[in-house]
Amino acid sequence: MARVVVDVMPKPEILDPQGQAVAGALHRLGVAGVTDVRQGKHFELEVDDAVDDDTLHRIAGSLLANPVIEDWRVTRA
Amino acid sequence: MRIGVITFPGTLDDVDAVRAVRLAGGEAVNLWHADRDLHGVDAVVVPGGFSYGDYLRAGAIAARAPIMDEVVVAADHGMPVLGICNGFQILCEAGLLPGALTRNVGLHFVCRDLRLRVESASTAWTGAFAAGQEIVVPLKSGEGRYVADAATLAQLEADGRIVFRYVDPAPNGSTSDIAGIASANGRVVGLMPHPEHAIEPLTGPSADGLGLFTSVLAAVTSA
Repeated sequence: MARVVVDVMPKPEILDPQGQAVAGALHRLGVAGVTDVRQGKHFELEVDDAVDDDTLHRIAGSLLANPVIEDWRVTRA
Repeated sequence: MRIGVITFPGTLDDVDAVRAVRLAGGEAVNLWHADRDLHGVDAVVVPGGFSYGDYLRAGAIAARAPIMDEVVVAADHGMPVLGICNGFQILCEAGLLPGALTRNVGLHFVCRDLRLRVESASTAWTGAFAAGQEIVVPLKSGEGRYVADAATLAQLEADGRIVFRYVDPAPNGSTSDIAGIASANGRVVGLMPHPEHAIEPLTGPSADGLGLFTSVLAAVTSA
């Protein structure tokens, strides 16, 4: 068994109003120096060693992320 | 004519969709998300709500439900499919329509009656309208901002597949004020506003929404 991490982020050109709201809250809290926030998702999968990288990318690209609006990165921990 | 209406866990508007089908003169058939059988229906409505609690992404889990495998195959053979609100999100996630629905600009859930312009009367669901006609139906969604890449948008525009636009600037920030689109063959249509909530003056802001359901009955009969 291995832990695999999949990080999913909105594509750079996709407006992220949730990230904007977080950035606005930081500004109101008086935090200086944070110019932008992007909000994504972090998945942790427990995976048999037999599952290959192609399968992991298929899982990420067909379900965990929507390729129309999101990019993803698969990392074996 | 038998029109199927799918219920997923978390679907809200299946009952209103069934009423709309009946009021239009069709026979409504309840379909269950876990079934692999469309029970011989002539068309399918994927109604609104919060299927699977909007977990992962709105419509993402429902798009992989067993019944949707059957809907995709039937749509490939030309069966008319209408996705309303969460149903539109599901059809995009299932790959039956291009693009995606994302969080409204400003994060506000928008719930109000608004004007739509019917941009195309050449789909299975809009034949009863005239192109350019304005209708009034409710919008009620938090993730209704349509997005697609530039090439897809240009293709939709060139092929006349933008079916509905918000007359006033889109309250959700939707690209090009797009409220609804169609598949290349005009049989699959998705829109964020709710025609099934505008089928009679007693309960809705108009009866304009009924036109989608009478349209498909005519389309199926003439096919």
